[in-house]
Amino acid sequence: MLANFIPSAAEYARFMPELILIVVGTLIMFLEAFLEGERKPILSILAGLGLVAGIFAALTAPQGMAFQGMLAVDGFATFFRVLVMAAGLLVLLSSSEYLQREGHDTGEFYALVLFSIVGQCIMASANELIMIFIGLEISSIASYILAGYLRDDARNNESALKYFLLGSFATAFLLYGVAWIYGATGSTNLATIHNALLSGANSSTPLISVAAGLIFVGLAFKISAAPFQGWAPDVYQGAPAPVSGFLTVGPKAAAFAVLIRIFVDAFSSISDRWLPVVWGCALATMLVGNLAALLQSNIKRMLAYSSIAHAGYVLVAVCANSGTGSAAAMFYLAGYAFTNIGAFAVVSHFARKGEKYVAIEDFAGLSQRQPGMAAMLTIFLLSLIGVPLTAGFFGKFYIFKAALDSHLVWLTVLGLLNSAIAAYYYLRILVVMYMKEPGESTETLTAPGPMLTLAIYGSAVMTLVLGILPGWVLDYAVKAAQ
Amino acid sequence: MSLLDIVLFLPLIGFLAILILPKESSRMTALILSLGIFVLSLGLLSPYMGDASPTGWQFVSNVSWITSPAIRYHVGLDGLTLWLVLLSTMLTPIAVLISWNYIDHRVKEYFAFLLLLEFGVLGVFVALDMFLFYVFWELSLVPMYFLIGIWGHDRRIYAAVKFFLFTMAGSVLMLAAMIYLYNAAGTFDYVAIQNMVQTGALKFDGQVGMLLFLAFFIAFAIKVPLFPLHTWLQDAHVEAPTAGSVMLASVMLKMGTYGLVRFCLTLFPNAAREAAPVIGGLAIVGIIYGALCALVQPNMKKLVAYSSVSHLGFVVLGVFSFTQQGLDGAVYQMLNHGVSTGALFILVGYLYERRHSLEISAYGGVATPAPNLAIVFLITTFASIGLPVLNNFVGEYLVLQGAAKANFSWVVFAALGVILGACYMLWLYQRTFYGRASESLAHHMPDLTTREWAAIAPLLILMFWMGCYAQTFLPAISAQNTAILNQMNQNRVEQAATPALPAGAEVRNAR
Repeated sequence: MLANFIPSAAEYARFMPELILIVVGTLIMFLEAFLEGERKPILSILAGLGLVAGIFAALTAPQGMAFQGMLAVDGFATFFRVLVMAAGLLVLLSSSEYLQREGHDTGEFYALVLFSIVGQCIMASANELIMIFIGLEISSIASYILAGYLRDDARNNESALKYFLLGSFATAFLLYGVAWIYGATGSTNLATIHNALLSGANSSTPLISVAAGLIFVGLAFKISAAPFQGWAPDVYQGAPAPVSGFLTVGPKAAAFAVLIRIFVDAFSSISDRWLPVVWGCALATMLVGNLAALLQSNIKRMLAYSSIAHAGYVLVAVCANSGTGSAAAMFYLAGYAFTNIGAFAVVSHFARKGEKYVAIEDFAGLSQRQPGMAAMLTIFLLSLIGVPLTAGFFGKFYIFKAALDSHLVWLTVLGLLNSAIAAYYYLRILVVMYMKEPGESTETLTAPGPMLTLAIYGSAVMTLVLGILPGWVLDYAVKAAQ
Repeated sequence: MSLLDIVLFLPLIGFLAILILPKESSRMTALILSLGIFVLSLGLLSPYMGDASPTGWQFVSNVSWITSPAIRYHVGLDGLTLWLVLLSTMLTPIAVLISWNYIDHRVKEYFAFLLLLEFGVLGVFVALDMFLFYVFWELSLVPMYFLIGIWGHDRRIYAAVKFFLFTMAGSVLMLAAMIYLYNAAGTFDYVAIQNMVQTGALKFDGQVGMLLFLAFFIAFAIKVPLFPLHTWLQDAHVEAPTAGSVMLASVMLKMGTYGLVRFCLTLFPNAAREAAPVIGGLAIVGIIYGALCALVQPNMKKLVAYSSVSHLGFVVLGVFSFTQQGLDGAVYQMLNHGVSTGALFILVGYLYERRHSLEISAYGGVATPAPNLAIVFLITTFASIGLPVLNNFVGEYLVLQGAAKANFSWVVFAALGVILGACYMLWLYQRTFYGRASESLAHHMPDLTTREWAAIAPLLILMFWMGCYAQTFLPAISAQNTAILNQMNQNRVEQAATPALPAGAEVRNAR
């Protein structure tokens, strides 16, 4: 019987992306000690190669279960694994210049990014509540450190501490929920839980509702859904700009993957109990995010609130509780990933040493000093508004289409009106960039380095490609969500 | 690839070309390209040259864009959109010409945005897939937002943001309605959905139909703009640069009225009929309110902007009279307004370039130093107030006749608007051009230059042409409107017939 417990080669192949990233991450930590100052860039290149290899491994991994049904490598998992790794790649490109400027270009950063992505990949493919917890912890702990990476900076410290305290609190909720589920159904495997709930043996007891509630609270913290969004603005504002871009994308996408797997799949038979909660949560999240963003004067904080609002849109897709809804969420998260990382990359370029220029007013006249950068930020902002021919528009369109498919008329109307409110605060940035005269804040602006330029232009191209030719990603998402 | 595709995509290519080429050549590139597009677009007239105007779709392209949900690149032209397309392609080179000297900073971006705007509005007029329509509808916002916001006057930022948000707020509801239609019909294709509605395969009855109608209607009414949704217009017009005002008034407002005819009438005929009394009332309020506001404006551009509210009230009134004359007049009036109000904005722009003021009180006696300008302005004024021989007369007459058939009391009030129109325009003319020119004014008021003549002359010719020989334009419009009215009425017959049957059956059972 022992042979059953020895994983087969195919199972290792399914786990290959994570293995590659762990090996490369460890190697970076190890090499760091032996490298002289000028040769440090090798580490970031190594990390990038690791991610490229990881993406390749994820795309070629055979589909199926691995490790006694702990991991399920299906189209859904592949989509999210590739997404978080691609996001990681863009973050690497956009952060090395930032780190050099701040004098913190050390190997740990790249290793931590890789470890965080490992956690997210595990979350994306986990088919088991304990695996989800492990993945979440790996991802979160690395993220906590990343948020406070510039350890001499007070804002970084605040950000990391808040993120850590509230994040661990949230994880505790999740774990508690897992325990209750185990008590109710006798399993932590999602497929078994699904069947147990379907058979109806225990599904009517309040026990299940409490368990689902606790798990939802834990995940709602991670995706910054109202009323558990309080930490997000402080954390995203305080963290180094490229890290903020990463935090709004990677951990969120993975947490949404988990949310969809648990609620839309495993808890489908009790959907009448969790749907109203998610409905209210989606609306509250959109409203809180958009209304608070209207009042911000700091661009990082504004993007943080906007990120809350966008989590609300994705929750609308979760609310649709259908294959179309899941596909819409997947597409939206992909579009949002490129858009937001791009936006934060421009912000990190503009902020300069010590993140001195992060007020919205500082962007005055950017279009005249660096028309290229201004045009790129314009593309990202138009995508966040949801103007056609950008990823953001098609994502929103598809989410609200899924919602109307599921007869969520009111949520759709309110969500769309929300996106009209949101236009205002994004337009404010366009106004200062294009319609105000350049001030002293743009005088000392130097040209971005080649890596950062590549990250920004790459994100912009992806934002447009997903908006003009959404078919190839969307078809994949639809197939994967079945 | 049909001629229509080429005409549609050339402005986009022009937009990119201007961005790439050095900024010294921006003006010339924009002028040559936009003129070329106009000349090419004249080729679109070819199917309409014969004796009988075709009513079907011409120059159709229909290829898949996104497979799931099924979204197609489906464009085509009919008698309704033909002239709107030509109006847009004609006004773009004029907009380039009048911006020649006026725009002196960030020249490259300006002309690029102008061509992007042309791309957006052309797309709105020719798109036959609703998703595609929405894409162009929103896309046209972006260049106009920048045109107002960067090159406008003092309160330009406020005006630009207001313009964007108003349109956006209206159009998101339209998007919801479009998705609802898609879920009901399984397609975004306007032609297919319209067929389903006409044959009764798709029915939007009662409340659902009314809500869908309203979702579309509000989006269009904001754009028209219909009272009381007009408040963004004055700000946008007053703050926009001259060419921005021209494109806004002449082309972008027509996107709203075009949408009313194309979508609201043919997709939701029953809801349109139900709402017609209220909408007609709002149109009349708009006609009179716009005229009264125009009467008291001290600012020329604001005056012309309010006159637009008044004129477009006529268009809406004609559309919702559901009569052949009313609809013909409404569509004709869309073109007339494009020509004459466009010309008015251009002329106000000429005055502004000379004196750098839009206040009427800053002028007076302009006719003495600039007689040609005065004559051109006078002709345009006459056109705007609907003097016979000039274009607006034909349109207003048809609208009033159509409206009289639908509801005679409407005409009584609407005619009041015509009289008020004469008052504010003539009074404006009198205060600006007559009287004694002050010393400083006389020195800074050169007459029209060749470039200025070139920009205004085509519009003057059109004013006479459209006023004296409407036969050039009306047959294509009429044929299409007949088809639209048939679609509406056929649906009514169906709707009326269906409930009649069960009712009869019931009676029989009772016996």
